[in-house]
Amino acid sequence: MSDAVMRPPIRQARVNDEMPLVRYALIGVAVLFLLLILFLPLVAVFAEAFRRGAGAYLNALTDPDTTAAIGLTLLVAFISVVFNIVVGVSAAWAIAKFHFRGKQFLITLINLPFSVSPVISGLVFVLLFGAGGLLGPWLQAHDIEIIFALPGIVLATIFVTFPFVTQQLVTLMQAQGTQEEECALSLGASGWRTFLFVTLPNIKWGLLYGVLLCNARAMGEFGAVAVVSGKIRGLTNTMPLQVEILYNEYNFVAAFAVASLLALLALVTLALKSFFEWRFADAIALGATR
Amino acid sequence: MSVAVTVENIKKEFGQYPALRGASLKVHGGELMAILGPSGSGKTTLLRIVAGLEQPEGGRVMFDDLDAATLSLRERRIGFVFQHYALFRHMTVLDNVAFGLRAQPRHTRPDPVEIKRRSLELLELVQLGEFGNRYPAQLSGGQRQRVALARALAIKPRVLLLDEPFGALDAKVRKELRRWLREFHDQTGHTTLFVTHDQDEAFELADRVAVLNEGRVEQVGSPRVLTNNPASSFVAKFLEESDLAMAPRVLSAERYNRATKVRLRGVSGSA
Repeated sequence: MSDAVMRPPIRQARVNDEMPLVRYALIGVAVLFLLLILFLPLVAVFAEAFRRGAGAYLNALTDPDTTAAIGLTLLVAFISVVFNIVVGVSAAWAIAKFHFRGKQFLITLINLPFSVSPVISGLVFVLLFGAGGLLGPWLQAHDIEIIFALPGIVLATIFVTFPFVTQQLVTLMQAQGTQEEECALSLGASGWRTFLFVTLPNIKWGLLYGVLLCNARAMGEFGAVAVVSGKIRGLTNTMPLQVEILYNEYNFVAAFAVASLLALLALVTLALKSFFEWRFADAIALGATR
Repeated sequence: MSVAVTVENIKKEFGQYPALRGASLKVHGGELMAILGPSGSGKTTLLRIVAGLEQPEGGRVMFDDLDAATLSLRERRIGFVFQHYALFRHMTVLDNVAFGLRAQPRHTRPDPVEIKRRSLELLELVQLGEFGNRYPAQLSGGQRQRVALARALAIKPRVLLLDEPFGALDAKVRKELRRWLREFHDQTGHTTLFVTHDQDEAFELADRVAVLNEGRVEQVGSPRVLTNNPASSFVAKFLEESDLAMAPRVLSAERYNRATKVRLRGVSGSA
């Protein structure tokens, strides 16, 4: 009956009960910090890039070495993303849908790149494929270039970006379970049809999210690529490397112009990421805990 | 058209743990049989082996005179209804039902008009004719269950297998759907096997009940036979316990109510 009357009024301990002063101080510190660390540098990048006007900015970006760097970055990112989609989906499928020995070990291996310094990641490939490396002499004998060439850059980028798509999908697919797939199979669907019409639609937003993060990292990677690229102008320079070279030559406008493109990429990624998280929260939340 | 199912001496282990240790069972054509047992007795594993979703380590499953081991999952034509329905969440109800028809190999696949007609017909059969354009998330539990059933029936299954068909529903819907399923079975006449841990459900719904314990079938019989002539002490004890399991819950609920009333009176008296 009168439940409300009987219950003594319990004063709820509220989390936001501090003095207003404390509250504003805390918010102020956070805002100040963000301004200093994030917003100002971003503004500085664009300010420096346009310091000599839009003409100089465009000139810097249309320089042949720079356009080559942009092209190479796009190519490397594209190859890495495609590779990561194919291998990531296969690996996630295997891990989430089957039971086998050493599964946990495989998951650890997939996440390894997150805990390895990018420079080491690059160095590993130099030690393996470089002139003095393990396979170096054989590669030289057969005229195959890996280090200081596109294959090396792609390898290093894939190594660094590998966990993004796979990890995202493993968690998502494990949470979704195998019942829908089993059901499709028992209804007579082939494995391929089951994948295309049942699995893929269920993971598409998680996949897209993983691709987005993977792409951003692939385009922005510096350390691993710096070690294997050899920094040959117009040939093996990616955008981040080009920024460094231009900066070291005191060509600030050009350096910041290229940097502004990378910053733009970051902003677009951030906007898309926020959009995905807002629109497909459920699908992504399952996979976001890594 | 109804097919008899024979399960002979099925063995299955998961790692070191034996789930089934020689389970045997015969289901007559057109019969509605319940597999009843405590959790961990191997009920669901047995159902999945009949469906072909798990491979047994020994023994065999027969559909009439046909050894199931010679059939691929696709050729088995089993209508399997999963405990949580496993509806394809990104497809409409109608597409869900049509999935099995569209997945058939090209030479046996009906044309799109026929697929649509048949899917609608099946939806009518489960009394969801107007829900074709909805998505599974927009349906109630009982409605989802019936969609899953319609989808399973689309492939004209030899046998219908239901894993805990009412497990995910609340008590009222469960009762209604139970009655509905029984009538539905009497109309359509598929050989049907369903798994349950609920004795009431098994006894009310099934022609015969198979009691499973630790991977073996202890007894198969009509509810009356099981109650009057339990074949083993386990069967007798299990049925008795299921009966009793209801009692303490009712008792304690009453006691709880009484206690609350007293407390309420006491508090409002002092206020």
